[in-house]
Amino acid sequence: MIIRINKLSKKYKSAEEYSVNELTLDIKQGDIYGLLGPNGAGKTTLISMLCGLLKPTSGDFTINGFYNLTDAKEIRKIIGVVPQEYALYPSLSAKENLMYFGNMYGVDNLKLKVNQNLDRLGLLKYANKPIETFSGGMKRRVNLIAGLLHQPKVLFLDEPTVGVDLQSKNVIIDYLKECNKNGTTLIYTSHHLIEAQEFCTQVAIMDCGRILTKGSPSQLISETTHARNLEDVFLSLVGKELRDYA
Amino acid sequence: MRKILASVKKESLLLLRDTGALIILFVMPLALIIAVTIIQQGSFKSMSSAKIPILLVDNDKGSIAEGIRKNLDDSGTFEVHSVEGNHTLTEAEAKDRVFKGKYQMAIVIPERLSSDLQIKVETKVDKILKDVGMSFDSVASNSQIQEKEIRLYFDPTTQLSFKSAVKNSIDKMVSEIEVKSVSKVFQEQLSDSVALFSEESFLSFKEISPIVDNKVVIPNATQHNVPAWTLFAIFFIVIPLSINLVKEKGQGTLVRLRTLPLPYWIVIAGKTATFLIICMIQFYLMVAVGVFVFPLLGLESLNVQGKLPLMSLVALFSGFAAIGFGIVLGTVSKTQEQSAPFGATSVVILAAIGGVWVPVFAMPKFMQLVAGFSPMNWGLNAFYDVLLRNSSLVDILPRLALMFVFFIVMVCISIVYDEKKRAL
Repeated sequence: MIIRINKLSKKYKSAEEYSVNELTLDIKQGDIYGLLGPNGAGKTTLISMLCGLLKPTSGDFTINGFYNLTDAKEIRKIIGVVPQEYALYPSLSAKENLMYFGNMYGVDNLKLKVNQNLDRLGLLKYANKPIETFSGGMKRRVNLIAGLLHQPKVLFLDEPTVGVDLQSKNVIIDYLKECNKNGTTLIYTSHHLIEAQEFCTQVAIMDCGRILTKGSPSQLISETTHARNLEDVFLSLVGKELRDYA
Repeated sequence: MRKILASVKKESLLLLRDTGALIILFVMPLALIIAVTIIQQGSFKSMSSAKIPILLVDNDKGSIAEGIRKNLDDSGTFEVHSVEGNHTLTEAEAKDRVFKGKYQMAIVIPERLSSDLQIKVETKVDKILKDVGMSFDSVASNSQIQEKEIRLYFDPTTQLSFKSAVKNSIDKMVSEIEVKSVSKVFQEQLSDSVALFSEESFLSFKEISPIVDNKVVIPNATQHNVPAWTLFAIFFIVIPLSINLVKEKGQGTLVRLRTLPLPYWIVIAGKTATFLIICMIQFYLMVAVGVFVFPLLGLESLNVQGKLPLMSLVALFSGFAAIGFGIVLGTVSKTQEQSAPFGATSVVILAAIGGVWVPVFAMPKFMQLVAGFSPMNWGLNAFYDVLLRNSSLVDILPRLALMFVFFIVMVCISIVYDEKKRAL
């Protein structure tokens, strides 16, 4: 297992409920693991704890054998993060952004890798243009490269295809599959359940900080009565009522 | 090192593409220093070229009023008016003009001031001489003389310091006239052909300025202004730096930076290095303006001979203090709407407390205590130590250390705050 999560909990000081509640989960190396759930289910909080952005209230986890409480720096070396926000400097060009983040990761042959990745995602001719002039899809692609330049063992993706056109989405998904083939385990959150059904090898459906069910998309569909796809599985577990929260 | 250099490059590019920040960092301080020095140089030179228009209402028509007018004219500071067209202004009219801001002040000389003063003085002298057995024919009238007052009206917008300076000089002028009258009457009464009462003062004062390399060092407005406003400009770095940090939160780049396999202090070190370079550029620009541009504007040149290395050191450590403050502000603030106004206001407060506008010795006791905690005060004193007191590195070391400790404390507060926030 590349990730072992043991009774991990997070309760924000201002909140009454746990955002993640004694969650236990194992993720195999090479998986494309989808964390699915309605708004407020605890997906982003879980990823934030695994990336070291938030401190857990209780529980622990290991990534590639590194223990979160003692090996935080080692964990950071082997993970990549693609946040939901673009997480790029708008006035810098795509190349300048990637050179900066690559240097901060200590990536070798950086220029070559930046050019290769930009080329792979169809952005090479815009490499020297400032990010603020890019479309949403272009920004998402640069955001993705920034998280992958150092070839992490585990890549956390928080809604990587939100707000992009179909063409950009396909390029992003294909690229992620390629990275996965090269050995990167992907942990992915999304509201696009059909996309998750096609993309993920394993999924866990979360609500109220707990995992309601987990398994491969086909397994979950077959185990749920009258379910034709992951959306049906999802709705049967979390219900149809609105999940607004503030 | 590679990471810090990458950070410096990134921060520099971000700043170079932010026109607003460049204006705040470089253009505004230069405009400020030139404007303030021109204004202050004017006041230091008694405003010889720009005279202040005032009104003199002469109800006395005697020698004292004449003397006051002559003194005011001779001072070179005032442009004395008594008439409008062919009409001689009355006290009520003068008051009206001044209160409407047409004139800075009005001086109203009371009726019969000269003659009554003469009588009063003669009566007193007569009495004194009688008391010592030197009776002469009385020349003074015994009639009761009422005390006189010279009334002053000031434009309500007039600053207190100016009012106080004017009141002091008029008081001195009146006292001198009174003393001269007494001397004159004594001389007349004693019928002595020799001038017993010399009009020249027995006591005088002389300012002894520091002597460095056999040269007398006389401070001018430039020597005071360049360090003070340079420090002010250096501290204005707080605004773009805190905005830079707040933007990183908003853009999500901070999330990415926090997941990097490097300590947060490297990110801060990159920012610190970049902004220190900016501080030093600001400092050298200000000094260059003081040395080369001021003389072209008719201002006194800044003398940095032999002092530039120590001044650079003071600028560097002031930069550390300013950056520390900016980092805390940027870490604690959630939005630019919080950081920018708070940053600007707090820099102005620090400058005020630090003695940039009003010297610390002129502040109330409590504020003098507070000033001791302002990094701008430490920086300003270090600059003055080098530039005006001819101090050595050892002399200014405590102040430099204070500024560096301030920076370290501020950075530690930011890191602890950041850690705590992640644990929420």
